[in-house]
Amino acid sequence: MDITFLLNGESVELRGIDPMMTALDWLRETRRLTGTKEGCNEGDCGACTVMLSCATTSQAVNACILLLPQLHGRALRTIEGISGPDGQLHPVQQAMITHHGSQCGFCTPGFVASMAVAHLNGETDHETALAGNLCRCTGYAPILRAARDSQNLPVPAWMHTDQQAAAALACPPQAWLPESSDALAALYMQHPDATLVGGATDVGLWITKQMRALPKMIFLHRARDLQTITPSDDGATLRIGAGVSMAQMLQMAARHHPSYAALIRRYGSAQVRAAATLGGNIANGSPIGDNPPALIALGATLHLRRGDARRTLPAEAFFLDYGKQDRQAGEFIEAITLPSAAPNLRCYKLSKRFDQDISALCGCFNLHIEGGTEGGTKGGIVRAARIAFGGMAGIPKRAHHVEQALLGQTWDLDTLARAQHAWADDFTPLSDMRASAAYRLDSAHGLLLRYFHDLAGQATHLHEVMP
Amino acid sequence: MSTGKPLPHDSARLHVTGQARYVDDIPVPAGTLHLAFGLSSVARGAITALDLAPVRAAPDVVAVLCAADLPHANDVSPAAHDEPLLATGQVHYIGQPIFLVVARSHRAAQRAARLAQISYAPETPILSIEQALAAQSYFEGGPITWAMGDVDTALAQAPHHVAGQIEIGGQEHFYLEGQAALALPGDDGATHVISSTQHPTEVQHKVAEALGLPMHMVRVETRRMGGAFGGKESQGNALAVACAVAARATGQPCKMRYDRDDDMMITGKRHDFRITYRAGFDGQGRLLAVDFTHYTRGGWAQDLTLPVADRAMLHADNAYFIPNMRIESHRLRTNTQSATAFRGFGGPQGVLGIERVIDHIAHHLGQDPLQIRLRNFYDMASKGSANPRICTHYGMELRDFALPDMARQLADSAHYASRRAAVAEWNRDNALIKRGLALTPVKFGISFTLTHLNQAGALVHIYQDGSVHLNHGGTEMGQGLNQKVAQVAAHALGVGLGDIRITATDTDKVPNTSATAASSGSDLNGMAVAQACATLRQRLSAHLAARFGVAETEISFSDGQVQAGQTTLSFAQAAASAYMARVSLSATGFYKTPDITWNRQTGRGQPFFYFAHGVALTEAAIDVLTGETRLLRTDILHDAGNSLNPALDIGQVEGGFVQGAGWLTMEELVWDDTGRLRTHAPSTYKIPAASDTPAQFNVALWPQPNGAQTIHRSKAVGEPPFMLGISAFLAISDAIAACGGAYPALDAPATPETIRNAVKAQATDGG
Repeated sequence: MDITFLLNGESVELRGIDPMMTALDWLRETRRLTGTKEGCNEGDCGACTVMLSCATTSQAVNACILLLPQLHGRALRTIEGISGPDGQLHPVQQAMITHHGSQCGFCTPGFVASMAVAHLNGETDHETALAGNLCRCTGYAPILRAARDSQNLPVPAWMHTDQQAAAALACPPQAWLPESSDALAALYMQHPDATLVGGATDVGLWITKQMRALPKMIFLHRARDLQTITPSDDGATLRIGAGVSMAQMLQMAARHHPSYAALIRRYGSAQVRAAATLGGNIANGSPIGDNPPALIALGATLHLRRGDARRTLPAEAFFLDYGKQDRQAGEFIEAITLPSAAPNLRCYKLSKRFDQDISALCGCFNLHIEGGTEGGTKGGIVRAARIAFGGMAGIPKRAHHVEQALLGQTWDLDTLARAQHAWADDFTPLSDMRASAAYRLDSAHGLLLRYFHDLAGQATHLHEVMP
Repeated sequence: MSTGKPLPHDSARLHVTGQARYVDDIPVPAGTLHLAFGLSSVARGAITALDLAPVRAAPDVVAVLCAADLPHANDVSPAAHDEPLLATGQVHYIGQPIFLVVARSHRAAQRAARLAQISYAPETPILSIEQALAAQSYFEGGPITWAMGDVDTALAQAPHHVAGQIEIGGQEHFYLEGQAALALPGDDGATHVISSTQHPTEVQHKVAEALGLPMHMVRVETRRMGGAFGGKESQGNALAVACAVAARATGQPCKMRYDRDDDMMITGKRHDFRITYRAGFDGQGRLLAVDFTHYTRGGWAQDLTLPVADRAMLHADNAYFIPNMRIESHRLRTNTQSATAFRGFGGPQGVLGIERVIDHIAHHLGQDPLQIRLRNFYDMASKGSANPRICTHYGMELRDFALPDMARQLADSAHYASRRAAVAEWNRDNALIKRGLALTPVKFGISFTLTHLNQAGALVHIYQDGSVHLNHGGTEMGQGLNQKVAQVAAHALGVGLGDIRITATDTDKVPNTSATAASSGSDLNGMAVAQACATLRQRLSAHLAARFGVAETEISFSDGQVQAGQTTLSFAQAAASAYMARVSLSATGFYKTPDITWNRQTGRGQPFFYFAHGVALTEAAIDVLTGETRLLRTDILHDAGNSLNPALDIGQVEGGFVQGAGWLTMEELVWDDTGRLRTHAPSTYKIPAASDTPAQFNVALWPQPNGAQTIHRSKAVGEPPFMLGISAFLAISDAIAACGGAYPALDAPATPETIRNAVKAQATDGG
């Protein structure tokens, strides 16, 4: 495979690459650009953060789980390119010095890369922008001060060039990088044993941590038609391409489903959301992916395609058993359809750390309550219920027994108390390093109680409590 | 005056531009080979068959070494000679290195290391405290006990009592730069090792033993570490020795760095503890007697477990006068990673034990915990009275003690009383979210308890152009030691910081160094450098006095200039003049801490030169239904003496607090029942992220000089603020207590699950 991309503004062509090589290894070992660091090699610490641009966006990504083919047609900027061509400091670099934002300095290039991307994009929610960068020395306080203090300073000229240059980059099509969903469908039919790579936030770890050899990989990022979000004619539903990134999903959800957006804000980190795709998070079948419970609660529909054959199925029907999905050889998820509004949808995630952690459990609730009081909820009758959880079973799964215990009942605490026994009918969760089975069952009910109080307009969120 | 200024870290510009080089960034000679360990997959047992043929056959593998291939010593322990580099037939924990792969690339070595076919005769591992006690699996043969006063009688006579237990989890260091070393073989059999270590001399010593060489044949160099926190005090030995041995075997330079998962599986962590207590006190909550039992899992090798457990005992009083105290300490050998040094070195566990007791007493009496703390503080005003309250349980009388003033000042400035009332009001009105407050102090003893380690050396050169080059025995791990020491030197010589250059810590420059540990870096090395600079200044003064015919007392150095009577020279001119007059412009400096004595068997002496103090007030909120938490606000007042660099010191305080709060909240090490660590990567082991810092976070330094004669009357600041994180834990406990019921008896780490269970216990308790 041959690839063409920009590195710190310079065009690079690599011939006959190893598609399993990460951008980080190439930068450090081949190119000898050692400013980008390896901290964990699994996309969790952000020490390897670099800026990746296409014609329309510039985003922070983790170079340790970014495979070389994903660079094709894009512009990569490393810490060495965040300072100006004559060594001028970027405003965030100067602010990091002024505010004593580095101690040991090892995480610093990654922080600077994330900060420079946020600065370029005008993002001022620094805790969100930096959730994917771990620092063990400073306690973050001086880094956050540096980010705030530099947020309004002008963007240096050299930071503006990558998108335009990426748009102008001539990059010939490559066999394993289909340019459309049609091309993908044909290629995958020929090679049903290939691994589909969306953002590589999961597949990357198969390589770096499990040391698996992946002899055939099809990279999806060039198939632009998989990355669109299209409303239906009546506006009631949205069709989301499977290649839509979680960063795009966050923007979509912020407009349509605020609670789902709050969940996605905690999905990985800015770096992970920039790379990860909605389709990937569904197709890998993980019982602890955060999108499936929300999609099931929303009653979303999956669109699968195999060659020219297409079919649809409800999101929950896709997950058959642990590690087993309703997907045939050569078949891929093309799109997901979900309602454009669901005012009673609430998505709750429990984890040891608030940001950038994998869910111990993730519960999504979407009830229709008829004739209630207090905001149309309390005291009404439950007429429809979709409750779905991740982390409670081998698959993302609906809580049918709990739903049944609520349906037709008065929406009050007595009903919830009567429903409590049903959790154990729905779920037999595992105990693992994230939580015990007992906690999972207990707090699942806690989340139902939270949902009740949340719909009633009570303060239920710790982040709404002010000091 | 260069000291006292909030100057940036000397490498700040290199950090932010990515130019700062760590071990893995250093350009290596062509042909450099890369290493990886093959690890044990059982916690205890004998290796019955070891088939390395698939490893040798893997692509790019050059050599595979096991214990029998090692030329000399097979030991990487700091003292006890109980840590083989490669297992010798028995394995003692899951993750223990068994063989060493030498390959042409890091990834090739990693891949090959997984291919060995190993058979074991597994034995039942000793994992838990209970299992270790049942098996009498001790270091030093059994528990050690220190006592002061008559605990049994005092407990029997006390009008009030509490008793309880707290489990305190361990902690992974999670330095962002994993362990790394590079060995460059010399032409005469010597070895040059570049190591990410806090202890270059120990690495030198272990490499020399492993190669059968005298120490002068091994040079160890450390420019900087990407974080250490104690985790690179002894844990880097294995990589450096492996590189040196492989370099000798192959004749090629060898480099080794641990992948993050390997790092977490192989290396030691903070000791977990169980502390049980019985305390007797009066109606005002004044302690009359405390009986503690400490249990700690030391892992498979002794490493630094004995001094860690000692320091936990030495801090069992924290800030409180306890007339009768007994501590029984069980140092248990288990089939887990060898627990090791970690910021605070046992102190935090000891401090948490007594802070828990104080909190429990306050709950028992229904009084404000801050009042109980104030009543129990050591009291310098009582010195010379009939009932002095100034002597610790190890017989050391305090010479100064700032905490009563500091606690009152912080309570005032952070509005403790009004916020206490506001929290109570909130908790009356809200069933789903409860808030809590805690103000906790720390008094931390400064000095190595192994007395001979309290020494340091320095080497200072003045070149004939007036530029100054210096080295000292300390290592730079992010704390800004080189910056502080450079400020000391600039002050001593009256030159600008631009005239001072500090290069890598190097055993060729300053020999016989102690680990940069115990918060001692600037105390020891700052003094050694000041002493070397004083020597040079004296030589320059003598020369200039003679040349200009003035008294030496008329020579002064400041702002890059030297005043000799009426004559003014630049420092460079003075240096050139001294050079022409054949004056030596190179000097060593040496310092040893005065006035310390310690007998760890009897638990008596003056182990510390002085104490550093700090107070923190934290407000936390908990979600009653799920046990989730959030830190709302933290205010800290910390005692760094006359700070050498207030910006760097505040950085240590902020970072220490967050690391300490992480230890007690979200950072949870989970081993399964086979002894396998299940949390061996950042995906499963969660250190605090940016949003976990308190929403409001105010840090100030206490502006009083150190009473002891330290460098510019500053105080050590590396470890003490770590223990301020205890305020976060006790604020959470306070929020749980607001759910009603008995004392919460919260265990650490206070994960959502632990908190939720504590809340449920409150509800069922019903009181």
